[in-house]
Amino acid sequence: MRYAMAVDTKKCVGCSDCVVACQTENNVPIGFCRDWVVEVTDGTYPQLEIELRSERCNHCANAPCVRCCPTGASHIVEGGIVLVKPNKCIGCGACIASCPYDARYPHPKGYVDKCTFCIHRVKEGMKPACVAVCPTKCMYFGDLDDPNSEVSVILKKRKSKTLIPEAGTQPQLYFLI
Amino acid sequence: MATRRQFIRISAMGAGAVMAGAAGIRLLGSGLTDGQKATLAALTGRTPTYCEVCFWKCAGWVYRDEKGSIKKIIGNSEDQNCNGRFCPRGTGGVGMYHDEDRLRKPLIRTDDRGTQSFREATWEEAFDYIAEKIKVISAEHGPECIALFTHGSGGKYFSTLLRALGSPHIAAPSYAQCRGPREVAFQATFGEALDSPEPLDIRDTKCLVLIGSHLGENMHNGQVQEMSDAIDKGATIITVDPRFSTAAGKSKYWLPIKPATDLALLLAWINVIISEELYDKPYVEKYTYGFEYLKEHVKNMTPEWAYGITTIDPTVIRETAREMANAAPAVIVHPGRHVTWYGDDTQRLRAVAILNALLGSWGRRGGFFRTETFALPEPPHPAYPTPKRTWRTEFPDLYKLADTVLANGVCDATVPDPSRNCKFQAWIVNGTNLMETLPNQENTLKAIQALQLLVVVDTMPMEITGWADVVLPECTYLERYDDLRVGPHRKPQIALRSPAAEPSYDTKPAFYMARELAKRLGVIEYFPFEKMEDQLDWQLKQVGSSLDEMKKIGVKTFDRTADDLYFYPDENVEFYTATGKIELYSTALEGAGFDPMPKYTAHEEPPAGFYRLNYGRAPMHTFSRTSNNPNLTDLMDENSVWVNPRVAKEWGLSTGQYVHLVNQDGKRSEFPIKVRVTERIRWDSVYMVHGFGHQEKKLRRCYGKGASDTNLITKVLVDPLMGGTGMRGNFVTFVTDLAGEEVVS
Amino acid sequence: MNEELIISGRENLMVDPQLHIWHWPIPLYLFLGGLAAGVLFFAALYYLLGKEEQYRAAVRRVPFIAPVALVLGLAALFYDLNHKAFFWQLYTTIRIQSPMSWGAWTLLVITTASFIWCALHIREFFPRWDWKYKWLKDIEVFFNKNKKPLAWVILIFAIITGVYTGILLSAFNARPLWNTSVLGPLFLASGLSAGAASIVLASKNREERLLFTKIDLIILGTELFLIVHMFMGFLASTQVQQEAAQLFLGGPYTMVFWIFVVVLGIIIPGVLDLMELWGKHIPALIPGVLVLMGSFAFRFVFVFAGQVSRWLY
Repeated sequence: MRYAMAVDTKKCVGCSDCVVACQTENNVPIGFCRDWVVEVTDGTYPQLEIELRSERCNHCANAPCVRCCPTGASHIVEGGIVLVKPNKCIGCGACIASCPYDARYPHPKGYVDKCTFCIHRVKEGMKPACVAVCPTKCMYFGDLDDPNSEVSVILKKRKSKTLIPEAGTQPQLYFLI
Repeated sequence: MATRRQFIRISAMGAGAVMAGAAGIRLLGSGLTDGQKATLAALTGRTPTYCEVCFWKCAGWVYRDEKGSIKKIIGNSEDQNCNGRFCPRGTGGVGMYHDEDRLRKPLIRTDDRGTQSFREATWEEAFDYIAEKIKVISAEHGPECIALFTHGSGGKYFSTLLRALGSPHIAAPSYAQCRGPREVAFQATFGEALDSPEPLDIRDTKCLVLIGSHLGENMHNGQVQEMSDAIDKGATIITVDPRFSTAAGKSKYWLPIKPATDLALLLAWINVIISEELYDKPYVEKYTYGFEYLKEHVKNMTPEWAYGITTIDPTVIRETAREMANAAPAVIVHPGRHVTWYGDDTQRLRAVAILNALLGSWGRRGGFFRTETFALPEPPHPAYPTPKRTWRTEFPDLYKLADTVLANGVCDATVPDPSRNCKFQAWIVNGTNLMETLPNQENTLKAIQALQLLVVVDTMPMEITGWADVVLPECTYLERYDDLRVGPHRKPQIALRSPAAEPSYDTKPAFYMARELAKRLGVIEYFPFEKMEDQLDWQLKQVGSSLDEMKKIGVKTFDRTADDLYFYPDENVEFYTATGKIELYSTALEGAGFDPMPKYTAHEEPPAGFYRLNYGRAPMHTFSRTSNNPNLTDLMDENSVWVNPRVAKEWGLSTGQYVHLVNQDGKRSEFPIKVRVTERIRWDSVYMVHGFGHQEKKLRRCYGKGASDTNLITKVLVDPLMGGTGMRGNFVTFVTDLAGEEVVS
Repeated sequence: MNEELIISGRENLMVDPQLHIWHWPIPLYLFLGGLAAGVLFFAALYYLLGKEEQYRAAVRRVPFIAPVALVLGLAALFYDLNHKAFFWQLYTTIRIQSPMSWGAWTLLVITTASFIWCALHIREFFPRWDWKYKWLKDIEVFFNKNKKPLAWVILIFAIITGVYTGILLSAFNARPLWNTSVLGPLFLASGLSAGAASIVLASKNREERLLFTKIDLIILGTELFLIVHMFMGFLASTQVQQEAAQLFLGGPYTMVFWIFVVVLGIIIPGVLDLMELWGKHIPALIPGVLVLMGSFAFRFVFVFAGQVSRWLY
């Protein structure tokens, strides 16, 4: 099983609903976020292009954060989801420094926090909160090993990219372009 | 005769009932007290609501955490407005409840207006105070001199109160400051206003034309969702905007129009569609009136003519007109929502309506569908007394086509003026921050200073509360019942709002406030039910449901009375216009002494060194209402002024730098605003998101952050047809020297 | 124009607008660790070379810096942890791929060894020292008998510690400035030069001072070579590493790096060392303090600038 997410940059309007839905679903404290939206504008008026990307932890198959964690608090569970055990985390910050996507942050309580792909929902057969709330339905989630999953189907149909694959992390957050 | 399927269903229900009974017995035997059981149920349950963060009113479910505190709000999948998906503001609605800056107790003024001198009062005191004043004002000046400004569900009850007292003056800034011109234009053309949510069949459209509508930045939930569906289906999007909006980024064609020239483009499109005979001939012939007049009228309004005005390449104008015609009738020239721009807005929206009529999109799949609204019986009450006079008498020959009370009209009529005899003496303001809503703040303040009574009902200490005599703290929508939502849509639906928590602090629902005042003012018979839930239950039982049922389902969908979402082929449609047809040539406008067909007039252009002030929305905020919401300020806590790199170079501006803006009348922004140098804006205008630059210190999270566009809108271009307040005729320049000024950040 | 913005207001503390998860305690800790490693390395080396009597300062006296530096360093590290109550979790596992993990274990070993080494030489400072308890005396006897194996342990772990402070950073490919294998040797060299400088500062023996001045000079030269090597590597590498190098080549860290680290921390003390060797009398204090300050500044600059270097946004 290999969970992955695809975000359609052509449909995303950058409303950031994914961010606030994550905040209320996962009790992310005010002032912090596990996901965020990036807007890239290219060109000169009036020849312009915008790309909008809802970003979060890439749940990398080759996760530097898990490698560098000194206690094993950062770990990978079935389906490739990268998680942090708060009671094993010493808050050294190594994983935060190791993430080329800056997807982790120190929770005010001390441990490091990040996107969990809403594993608690996924286990119940639901989609992650950001995917479920998105008004443009621009996010797709599922198991890449299942050729019929939403995410497999859309990735087959559309051209996609990942962010900085050259960092060698094998990210599992895809952007449809 | 029961079919086998029905039989199975009945059996299953029987089994279910037995099981529920068994569960009940187990629960009884488990030794929990009734109180404990109630708590348990409350903790695990979810309560239905519909959103109050904007006017879209999406229906959803409120969930609580283990401690019983409100945790999250999720859309109700049965709801047509949201399809189970809330927008960021709706999802962040929890912040409205948790905001610690909320109004907590009734307040009564102790000193001059605008000095922030209040004392806390009990509800009894506050009600007695208001009732006493209203009695005196009614006796001296007549009840007509009491006005209500409302932009919220609670307005309903104050509206009942006012009408019961004999005042017709219920004004909503959503009309003359927002969509009024559109409603008048569509009324004049199709005999019907568009209302909210607009009946746009975007999900099935093949071509969506956005002209000045920045869908995606304004999170009109259902429309944003359907635009996304349309993108999936490969629809063509054409966006006309001087700014490279988010929607422009998703468009096949972006027309970077020179600001204030939209009407010329619309007329040129009409010209191409008529001269190239691209219009829906049978439709135009069968349903419209005045085609020949129109043809003659637009004869010379060629793309070449428009090019000189709009700076849009004539070939692009032709190409886009053909795209629309190819997609017709599954094409929508979007009517927009906030359309009060240049004072000729009704005429511009008439052109939009005419274009849609020529393309035959009204009443067609992928165009405009026919809505149906559920008919819900009102609670029984005596007839309202007939008012003796209205605001209109104060404006003879003005705004003849306004079909509702103008907020700015009431405001103007409140300002002491020897030529007017009905001065308004009392305002009740519910859920609208008039200081940020009405342009020309000075005028608003003049009106307020002339009042004998200003009552403000709000959940937050917005600027307007600082000017009130009495502030009534309303509980948020998450803590109260309100009327059922019965908005128009593809199918008739009703949605329930029920409290997910007890009102925090010493706050109360508007229903309670209005009823208490009605009691004191002797009009209690207009509020036959003591509790909102009793009224809801009564209403629901009239239509075969109940409050209990609605608490379980939140939204109830009914069948349409007829299968008429779109026109039938060759259907004989009677339009509610004087001619019974779609009026390309408007007899109503002609009758009122206005141009029956839209004409382009040039608007003032920015003087040297000045830039047109354009403003708009961010998807995570609703007006100035949400700028203190903790969850939403987390997404955006100040606005910035967008500046084209060419302009930035000229002024030596760089991204992140703070500047002041000063408008053509020398009005300076109260607070500095951050510069965003971006290619997304034209060199002749600047842009900012509306709703920031709050001046009320009690709004601790947003005080002093960013600048307020309303503050800089001192010049108002009034639409002579219906009194709409055009706000896009203001120009600003930069002051880069902040001279040691402290920036709140 | 290319404009890249986070539009959802991300302001995660210590991550935005640019990474700042590690504050002053971390470079302090890296410096103290490097210094301890340098000091212990020379102590063990010259002991094993049989030069204990000849280079008393290096073998017996200066190592007393090590346990103090290590304890202070660990205290600084602990201070910068965000979830302090769970500190002990470090010692419930060994994770070979995590420099932080094996570094923690290494520090445990070297700190313990440094205490023992100092205990063996305590009479250097307190000639009449008495351990009072028999079991302590037994331990002293045991390690005196096994001083050679102990020295070997110290020698090896000192090198590991010195390299580790660099590898800790270079293992992060997310921070292009750190992500160079030169960093390990460079940090080791910097630690050794700090160690050598401390010995020069502490020694009263001219022969010893001259030896360590020579050593210091060689190490400073090596450092300079490694720095040039590092920049060549960056500039010949990917875009992000070129950008990272720009932090020191015109970017915000240019002045502090070239002035404090290179000129004041390497070149000037190197020249002074050279002059000393040519017979000009230079007060030992000046090059010694400059080298220590340079070594300290080097870690500060690298930890801070490295956090600014990035792949995205």
